[in-house]
Amino acid sequence: MTDQKEMEEAAHHVVSPVIYIIVGSTLLVLTGATVWASYQEWGNFNAVAALAIAVVKAMIVVLFFMHVKYSSKLTKLTVFCGLFTFLALVGMTLADYFTRAWGRW
Amino acid sequence: MSATIVSLPDQSTARIPKMNFITKENGLLSWLLTGDHKRIAVLYIISLTFFFFIGGALAGLIRLELLTPQTDLMAADTYNKVFTMHGVIMVFFFLVPSVPATLGNFLIPLMLGAKDLALPKINLLSWYLYVAGGALAIYTMASGGVDTGWTFTTPLSTHYVNTNVLTTGLAVFIAGFSSIFTGLNFIVTIHKMRCPGMTWFRMPLFVWAHYAASILMVLGTPVVAIAIVLVALERTIGIGVFDPTKGGDPLLFQHLFWFYSHPAVYIMILPGMGVISETISTFSRKRVFGYTAVAFSSVAIAVFGFFVWAHHMFIMGISNYAVLVFSLLTMLVAVPSAIKIFNWTFTLYKGSITFETPMLYTFGFMGLFTIGGLTGVFLGTSGTDIHLTETYFIVAHFHFVMVGGMLMAFLAGIHFWWPKITGRMYPEKISQLAAVVTFIGFNFTFFPQFILGTLGMPRRYAAYPPEFQVLNVFSTAGASILGVGYLLPILYLTWSLKYGEIAGNNPWQATGLEWQTQSPPLTENFAVTPIMDHEAYDYEWLEKQREKEVASVG
Amino acid sequence: MSDSTAIAHGGHAAPDNTHAGGHEHPAYLRHHFENVEQQADAAGFAMWLFLLTEVMFFGGLFTAYLIYRNWYYPAFVEASHQLNIFWGTLNTAVLITSSFTMAMGVWCAETRKQRGLVLCLVLTFILGLGFLGIKTVEYKEKIEKHHVPGFHYSLSSFTDPVSDPEIYKEYHDKPLALDMARHTEVYFSLYFAMTGMHALHMIIGIAILGFMIFRARAGAYTSGHVTFVENFGLYWHFVDIVWIFLFPLLYLISRHQ
Repeated sequence: MTDQKEMEEAAHHVVSPVIYIIVGSTLLVLTGATVWASYQEWGNFNAVAALAIAVVKAMIVVLFFMHVKYSSKLTKLTVFCGLFTFLALVGMTLADYFTRAWGRW
Repeated sequence: MSATIVSLPDQSTARIPKMNFITKENGLLSWLLTGDHKRIAVLYIISLTFFFFIGGALAGLIRLELLTPQTDLMAADTYNKVFTMHGVIMVFFFLVPSVPATLGNFLIPLMLGAKDLALPKINLLSWYLYVAGGALAIYTMASGGVDTGWTFTTPLSTHYVNTNVLTTGLAVFIAGFSSIFTGLNFIVTIHKMRCPGMTWFRMPLFVWAHYAASILMVLGTPVVAIAIVLVALERTIGIGVFDPTKGGDPLLFQHLFWFYSHPAVYIMILPGMGVISETISTFSRKRVFGYTAVAFSSVAIAVFGFFVWAHHMFIMGISNYAVLVFSLLTMLVAVPSAIKIFNWTFTLYKGSITFETPMLYTFGFMGLFTIGGLTGVFLGTSGTDIHLTETYFIVAHFHFVMVGGMLMAFLAGIHFWWPKITGRMYPEKISQLAAVVTFIGFNFTFFPQFILGTLGMPRRYAAYPPEFQVLNVFSTAGASILGVGYLLPILYLTWSLKYGEIAGNNPWQATGLEWQTQSPPLTENFAVTPIMDHEAYDYEWLEKQREKEVASVG
Repeated sequence: MSDSTAIAHGGHAAPDNTHAGGHEHPAYLRHHFENVEQQADAAGFAMWLFLLTEVMFFGGLFTAYLIYRNWYYPAFVEASHQLNIFWGTLNTAVLITSSFTMAMGVWCAETRKQRGLVLCLVLTFILGLGFLGIKTVEYKEKIEKHHVPGFHYSLSSFTDPVSDPEIYKEYHDKPLALDMARHTEVYFSLYFAMTGMHALHMIIGIAILGFMIFRARAGAYTSGHVTFVENFGLYWHFVDIVWIFLFPLLYLISRHQ
């Protein structure tokens, strides 16, 4: 019956507006940070930093705005599956492109 | 030991139950605006059959042209259009929706003890999208056709043809959403609407197979949707994303296309495998051997199926590293399918086997799918694929798995559940004949094509060197036999609607919740929500039920 | 995967599936569900699955973007300088705020504050329109400078950056060779495809918001049945997440000199 309880909790858990305000402000701050970072000269690390900040922003939107932190295991698994398949598409396709030898000789 | 397990009620007194999903409401609108999953399944059966015969007619034209080495029946351009439309219609408008949209829709709520699927209106929307996409595909054919092959390879489809690529692409896009919504509906239903006591490992393997196929539908189809959108943008505005002169890469289209289209072949076959699990158990009177292995192998096929798509692109210009990785992964994906074949075979061992029509189709599936699957190993091995790809070997391979495999499974399922859907039995002798005719016709049609492929005959060519003619003639002869084999069911199944024997609840003495209720079922499926208190394929439980029934009727 | 649905004890009438009159469940319970919890749960799960399809749909575009950015980095850098960072950042802030107001709207529905809900939905609506308005301004600029692929696309800003003084004084870009300059068209193709697809999703969302405001004013979502608002919120947040990635990838490739 624990799944039933989990389901009811997920359905009834009300996230407090305080959390939303914190998350919203964090998102705005991180937006500023990513703009600032793009003006720095970090070479290849610029792209890493930009993606990292974007991932953090997306994570807090998913966890708090979309309530995944307070959701059932099934919801979390579903989000994971979507992410995993997306990464498989991008990763394996890019692996082909990055290992092509065109133009290197 | 009796030669049949069929157990029908006394025909002199039996009647179709007065109240069932067919008689519940009358009038065309009650069908066209229904939310009842069973009615939607029937709508799909009718429209699917229509598209199958159009695709089949196109196949007939292909085989007619290939009787002679010259392009004499039709111009080469026309031939290109014929095989393209054959592929588009058969893949997107027949095979992908076949078992899920008909049998899946009808049976999944019944098998789970639910009243309907989770989202009935979305289910109806799925059917309308299917019909809309199909109508658009027919329109395309009528207005000049498309000749790129069903794979729409770039840059041919974006830059070098002025045929109806856009309308066909739109038709496929729309049909794709039909598929997505069906899969979505199944996943939600299976997770959230099982009756009390129906744990995951008590569900029929048919449901597991559809669950795995639905995951593929939901995650894979959107990628081909975006691929089509990009082709449309490339054709209309010339954005350059697939255009080498603007820096684009035509292979990108293929990556996006096959990312869906490889899982699509598993979308097509997994539901068929689900049917086979049910029929093989029923006609061996035995629980499926290794239930857990079969269930998990369905999911494994779905997962691994996402990682092998570039084996369709070995010769197209991907890197050697990619060839290596995708070839290795392709070897992996064959394993779960093989596991199923082994498990089904072990189910037969020491079972009480009878040879009703669904079982004949099942045996056909086992043999032909195995051959098709084994030839897939030659194609997954990049070294041999270089020689066999784009030849008739590929054509034979996928027809063995799709026609010898999937279509046979579809027919097995239609015959197996026909009594449940209609309340009537089909005529056994002629249907067994049709199954045998189909099997013979199939082998004559497609086995020569393996030989043609290894000898070097290319696919998608209207003309070929004269030394290949004998085998092509064999193949066309087989196709005409195959056509008879497919025509017969239409005739006798229609006949059975009026004249078939009354089937009763459980003519096959099968386990499974769908057989514990009337045929045809009530609109709400069950008068009382069932409680699942036994394992799947529990024939002892079934015996006890029958004893109780006999005792109480007295 | 062990969420069984043995929910016979939902606090409603005992399972009498013939439903002979006098059933004590809310009007919005569809009859193929046992109780409202099951219905809400199924609806939420269905929405998440739909969002997965959207992830894969945009995934194809992101794949294309990452490939060509890797191949044609100098073209992508210079082309991205054509995007106005003020508008882009402002738009990001607008969308984030609209996500906040949407989340607050869901909270209002859950706590049955009808006026609060309507206010939040209206704010989300206005912010959404604001986003589209700014996008229109940006698109207009691209059209005027002939940076729309397929419509008299002009390479002059890239082969001769000095001819584009506003951008040049900020970034002092080097002139690109002709073939690399042509690849800026791929950048803009992806820019329009990705932001256009995103904008299409925003338009659909705003239309649904309009419908929701209308229904919220009639009290439809503040009497215990919050599923529609919650699930729309999920959709809206997803559209926000897509932009969270589009913004750095398209606007912020490299803004240093």
